[in-house]
Amino acid sequence: MLSIKGLRSAYGRIEALHGVDLEVEEGQIVTLVGGNGAGKTTLLRCVSGVQPVTGGSLSFKGTDITGARSHARVAMGISHSPEGRQVFTDLSVEDNLMLGAYLRRDREIRADLKSIFAMFPILEEKRALLAGGLSGGQQQMLAIGRALMARPSLLLLDEPSMGLAPLLVTQILQAVKSLRDRGVTVFLVEQNANAALAIADRGYVLETGKVSLSGPARALMENVAVREAYLGI
Amino acid sequence: MLESFLQFTFSGLTVGAVYALVALGFTIIYNASDVVNFAQGEFVMIGGMSTVFLRQDGLPLAAAAALAIVLTTVIGILLDKLAIARAKRASVLSLVIITIGASIFLRGAAQLVFDKQLHRLPAFAGEDPLTLMGATILPQSLLVLAGAAAIFVGLWLFFNRSRTGKAVLATANNRLAARLVGVDTAFIMALSFGLSAAIGATAGVLITPLTLTSYDVGLMLALKGFAAAMLGGLGNPFGALVGGLAIGLIEAFGAGYVSSEYKDASAFLVILLILFLMPRGLFGKKTVERV
Repeated sequence: MLSIKGLRSAYGRIEALHGVDLEVEEGQIVTLVGGNGAGKTTLLRCVSGVQPVTGGSLSFKGTDITGARSHARVAMGISHSPEGRQVFTDLSVEDNLMLGAYLRRDREIRADLKSIFAMFPILEEKRALLAGGLSGGQQQMLAIGRALMARPSLLLLDEPSMGLAPLLVTQILQAVKSLRDRGVTVFLVEQNANAALAIADRGYVLETGKVSLSGPARALMENVAVREAYLGI
Repeated sequence: MLESFLQFTFSGLTVGAVYALVALGFTIIYNASDVVNFAQGEFVMIGGMSTVFLRQDGLPLAAAAALAIVLTTVIGILLDKLAIARAKRASVLSLVIITIGASIFLRGAAQLVFDKQLHRLPAFAGEDPLTLMGATILPQSLLVLAGAAAIFVGLWLFFNRSRTGKAVLATANNRLAARLVGVDTAFIMALSFGLSAAIGATAGVLITPLTLTSYDVGLMLALKGFAAAMLGGLGNPFGALVGGLAIGLIEAFGAGYVSSEYKDASAFLVILLILFLMPRGLFGKKTVERV
């Protein structure tokens, strides 16, 4: 579904991705693990089109999207819940979610809003409040909910567990799993490699801008190098 | 006593409504781009001057005014597309300097395209003043107030009820997130410049029968509109309205009760006081954000 070939990206003169090859198969959860500064967030930003690509190519559902602008990619079905949440702090919770459906013109937006509220009931309770006043965990739910309101076929999730209590982490990862079961393909970036590999179908390990290992998630969990470097076992 | 008080109030509110519209123009562009657009006064000037000249070319007043507003809107969009959008990576300060350059350019161009004379327009609804408790008010003043009110209500509806309006607010609040939900932020920028220009031009059309116009009226209007926006709290449309009316009233009462020599000074006194004492203005944002 998403095919990344020789992808390069740079911040000024400093190259962050040095030719990344990666495939995300339809209907799977694919996770990208790696340390701080490995380039995980940069890679996701390249996929959603908010980070300039300096080399290589991206294609989505067989169409080359390397030069496509970010709003065109949202229209094609790519939705990104970014690192650090990035909710619209001055707007209400409900407005945040409705903006997630900004490009949609169908009649099922309200129904989808209801299903987001069913997934994260706290958001319904606080629907009229400003998003800036929510706690970190609630903002995370809002960011994921907003991304889902686009009805994506590919959901990009950047560090959904960052800074959250363990119970919330479990809750959010369960939600990710149930999304996959409903047919949404998920590309998940996580520092919490244990939790991510546990729910993923396939995994990639990114080290200083290059893919160093890849394979079925289960195999990666059993890989000695991965266990030592990322799983803390 | 009461008559003169009412008289100053009327004239203060009329001119204040125009300052409020200029301040609103500042607000819209500032929200979309963090840029204070110092060419905002030129939009007012181009609106008034184009109406005058189109009418001289034989167009009826209403058509001339409508065409002038469209023309100014196009100039606003071109300012974004040709100058602001091209300087993508520039700092906000550089962008503000670009708008100052654009303002000088537009003023110079207006001297060439139009002329250096003062011009007037006939009042839209007659010149006979209405009398209210001893004070007089021109029908044109009422039109200015009604026009400003209509624009504020229209914008409130746009921002709070329409999808595109929400996208403007979203872009102002978090540009990255706006792009991620599929907002074309380049379009939102152009829209904001076009909208600000249209509002400025409308103010120019409405006020010209009362104050005359010439190629250089924009500078003073921009400074006063800026004072109004600062007083209300830059970035807040409601603040722009209150700030504009307040500056208009301060000016009118200052001119009436103190000395008309210092009419223009009062706006600048307000800017200085605001900057020293309350840099966020009356309704400026207090950032409440949990991390």
